[in-house]
Amino acid sequence: MSSVGASRDGYGRALLRLAVDPDVVVIEADLGKSTKSCHFRSQHPERTISVGIAEQNMMLVGAGLAASGKKPFLSTFAIFTERAFEQVRNGITRPNLAVHICGSHGGIHTGTDGSSAQAIEDLAIYRTLPNMTVLHPCDDNSCEHLTLQLRTFGQSSYTRTVRNVTRRIYNEEDASNLKIGEFSTLRNGQDVGIIACGVMVEAALDAAELLQSEGIDATVVDAHTIKPLDNATLDEISHRCGCIVTAEDHNIIGGLGGAVAEALSANNPVPLERVGVLDRFGQSGETHDLMQEYGLTSNHIATAVRRAIARKEGNID
Amino acid sequence: MTVDTAPMLTTLNASREDLEKMALSCRRNIVDMVYRAKAGHPGGSLSVIDILVALYGTQLRVSPDAGSHPDRDRLILSKGHASPAMYAVLESRGFLTETDLESYRVFGGTCQGHVDMDWTNGVDFSAGSLGMGLSFGIGCAIAARMDESDRATWVILGDGECQEGEVWEAAMAAQHHNLTKLHVIVDRNRIQNDDHIDRQMRLGDLAAKWESFGWSVLEIDGHDMGELTDALHWCKEIDRPTAIIAHTVKGKGVSFMEDDPSFHGKAPNDEEYILAMEELS
Repeated sequence: MSSVGASRDGYGRALLRLAVDPDVVVIEADLGKSTKSCHFRSQHPERTISVGIAEQNMMLVGAGLAASGKKPFLSTFAIFTERAFEQVRNGITRPNLAVHICGSHGGIHTGTDGSSAQAIEDLAIYRTLPNMTVLHPCDDNSCEHLTLQLRTFGQSSYTRTVRNVTRRIYNEEDASNLKIGEFSTLRNGQDVGIIACGVMVEAALDAAELLQSEGIDATVVDAHTIKPLDNATLDEISHRCGCIVTAEDHNIIGGLGGAVAEALSANNPVPLERVGVLDRFGQSGETHDLMQEYGLTSNHIATAVRRAIARKEGNID
Repeated sequence: MTVDTAPMLTTLNASREDLEKMALSCRRNIVDMVYRAKAGHPGGSLSVIDILVALYGTQLRVSPDAGSHPDRDRLILSKGHASPAMYAVLESRGFLTETDLESYRVFGGTCQGHVDMDWTNGVDFSAGSLGMGLSFGIGCAIAARMDESDRATWVILGDGECQEGEVWEAAMAAQHHNLTKLHVIVDRNRIQNDDHIDRQMRLGDLAAKWESFGWSVLEIDGHDMGELTDALHWCKEIDRPTAIIAHTVKGKGVSFMEDDPSFHGKAPNDEEYILAMEELS
């Protein structure tokens, strides 16, 4: 098995496995080849609905299907789901219909397509909707298994996937043990808790390795579920480690870092450093260069960790 | 007289005289509800009520005792602000009680400001934001076909609502997917929130627009029960998605509300209420 994968490929594989349920229906808006719903289409064309390039219509078609007992899985680029935000709000989450939205090509990581395609605000906006669960898996295997759980989930969901491959974090068996709403702890340490999602989980593990050589012992958590946030695990880590760093390929406002800040400030306000896009739009470029430019590497996480620990120990201005 | 077509679901076959009586009674309830709440949308409720009465009186296979029966016909009131009309017709069909009607716009009430499927038995779609109902109807109609059910999906749109782009995304999709059991009725009352449609955003030849999107279209007088029932019957005979453009009068039945944009979203005052109820006696 290859050691890398893109979460969108896991989504495509999950749809194929979900097809055993005759109520599962896939909806596409001309980007099935990109989101990977195309594999379902090729095997189950009678249950694949094309709406053309019409995202607003897509959301409500999904709602109508869900209200009629079907289990719709719809996908397009993350950025284009945002075009239909009010349809999601009023047509899907308000009546709490179990429509499952997948937004691919999330984050700066998307690369050369440039800023128009790099959604950096999707996690934030969907997190604000009542009845909405927000997922952002870190690799193909975890995306596959979390998507499989949505079939019987019974409420609205948004899953962000990414275009490009990253290191595979989970083997099949470990991925099958993941549960929506529960953080996955990848590494246990006492000095700092690094809470990461999506492509930043790989960077967080690399940062932990780097910090180990400096004598810093880090916990690393895969926050594949942004909402509902796993407050119990966060609470345990914040008490044990005394400081937290979040890492996400998303605007610094309102995403994972925002969610963790809300929870910590209410429960255990330890020092928190947030790694993310500093409130600006992306640009074209190779992923490696973009992640460097936008502050989304293991080195950036390690720097944030050192700052968090200094604050914890009172050694900072 | 009723005709049984599925367990618990029934289609009424009301006479024209009965339909007209039902519509008058609904109009009184509409004015009552809006007056009592001191808010709401009387104009568009009075323009659409004859359409709803004709549907519930002669076409829809439904039952108040089986509000979520999978094979019931679906009625999607996309112009969800005309909720008083929906509640009035549901009361006349036994889905709601007179007491329920008193809860219109009241805290905790069954009858929400805009129609809501989570609050009201018999409501199939939570509306209130324009342009979404036809898309929802497409989902319902595709699900019906997958289920091999002969249930029909009826969607009522406002004419002002047809300014929303999503309506045309959906219109295109309905013909692409050959949804022959999907029927649209446009309440063509020519007034929207702020003013007459022709001053806000002209719709041009609305029938031609629907036809060019692949729909079969019929234009009728939306207050003539004979034309309405014939048109609803026609929809079921056509092998394409069908659209009825029902020419109506906003505020129909209350002289001082008729064709007056100010009664789009305004309740009558005490004097106006008395006058309106006299006209509707």
